[in-house]
Amino acid sequence: MAAGVLQLQRQLTDYTASLFSEFNQLQQLQDESNPDFVVEVVYVFFEDSERLLNELAKTLDQQSIDFRKVDAHVHQLKGSSSSIGAQRVQRVCIPFRNNCEEQNIEGCLRCLQQVKQEYTLVKNKLETLFKLEQQLLAAQRSMSTI
Amino acid sequence: MARNGFVSRWRRSSERVNAAVACDVSPPHVSDEVHVLAVDDSFVDRKVIERLLRISSCKVTAVDSGRRALQFLGLDDEKSSPVDFHESSTFKEIPVVIMSSENVLARIDRCLEEGAEDFIVKPVKLADVKRIKDFMTTRVYRFGNEEEEESGGMMMMNKRKLQDSLDLSSSSSPPQSISPSSSSLSSSPSSSLSSPSSPTPSSSGSTLPSSSLSAPSSPISLDSPIRRLKTTITD
Repeated sequence: MAAGVLQLQRQLTDYTASLFSEFNQLQQLQDESNPDFVVEVVYVFFEDSERLLNELAKTLDQQSIDFRKVDAHVHQLKGSSSSIGAQRVQRVCIPFRNNCEEQNIEGCLRCLQQVKQEYTLVKNKLETLFKLEQQLLAAQRSMSTI
Repeated sequence: MARNGFVSRWRRSSERVNAAVACDVSPPHVSDEVHVLAVDDSFVDRKVIERLLRISSCKVTAVDSGRRALQFLGLDDEKSSPVDFHESSTFKEIPVVIMSSENVLARIDRCLEEGAEDFIVKPVKLADVKRIKDFMTTRVYRFGNEEEEESGGMMMMNKRKLQDSLDLSSSSSPPQSISPSSSSLSSSPSSSLSSPSSPTPSSSGSTLPSSSLSAPSSPISLDSPIRRLKTTITD
C-alpha cells in the first residue's frame, strides 16, 4: 500500500515538474489555509477562457468584424493565461493580436484555431494533474485508516 | 481622504479604466497594514493578485472596473465639481502601481511619467508584491505623523486597452491615452508626500495628455523600474 502511495507521489512530482514554471509560482500561493487555491483559480481560468473563445468565434463570424473587440478579448486571454502560467496559450495570442491590428480575417481565424488547440492541451494537462492529486490524497487517506 | 489628480482623470474616463489598485481611504489610525485596492477586469488576475497581497499581509479589496474603483473610493459622484478633487491632498499621495502583461518600454515610460509609482509586468510574482510593499511601508515610516501612522493603501491597476506592440525596440505605435485603463497600485500614506499629481483634461481616445507631473521624487532610492524591467524583459 505504501509503495502505491510512493509511486503516486513520484508520478505527481514528475508530472508537475513537466508543467510550466509559472504554474509552480501559482502553487507557492497555496498553503494549509488556502488548500484549494490553485484548483479554484484554474477553474476560473477555464470558465473565463471558454467564454472568451466563444466570444471570439462569434465576433469573427460577423459580416462586419469588430477587430477592436476581437483584440480586447485576445488581450484578456493573453493576460489570464500568463497569470496561470499557460505560456503556450499566451504565446499564440501574440500573432493573434498582430492579425487584429492588420485586420487580417484569415490570420485571425487561423490564430483562433491555434489558441483553441493550445487551450485544450493545457486544460487536459491541468485536469490530469488534479486527478493525480486526488488519487494521491485518496491513497494517503486509505493508508492512514489501516 | 486623499484625492488624487491621477484618479480625477480617471473619473472623466472611468469607462476605460480596467484595472487599478486603490488605496486605503479609511481615517488614519495606528496600523502597519497596507490596504490595497486592486482593479482588474480579469477574474483570474483578481484572484491571483488578491492571494499574492494577502500572503504579503496586505488588506485587499478587489474590484473589476475603474468605475467600481471610483465608487469604492467615493469619487464616483457626477455632481462633484472636478475642482474639489484638485484641492484635496490626501488621494494625491496614493501611490499607483501599474501591472500589465504588456512590456513595451515606451508605454511603461509614459505610465511612469504620468505619475505611476512602478510598473509590474504580468504575471505578478510574490517578489514584485514584496518589493512594492517594502517600499510602501518605508514611505509610511518616513512620513508618518508622530502621534499616529496612517495605514498605507495602494492602488494597482491593470492596463488593458493599450495597443499591443510587442517589439520592445520599436516605439512606432501612436501614443494612446493610457492612464485610465491601466492597472495601478496606489497607496495612501500620510499627508505630505511627494508625487504631486495635477489633473489634466483627458479626452477619450486622444493621445496621452502631456502631464505636468514630475516623476515621484521619493527620497527612498528604489531600483529604477525601467532599469529593472530592461534587465528582466527577455522577449
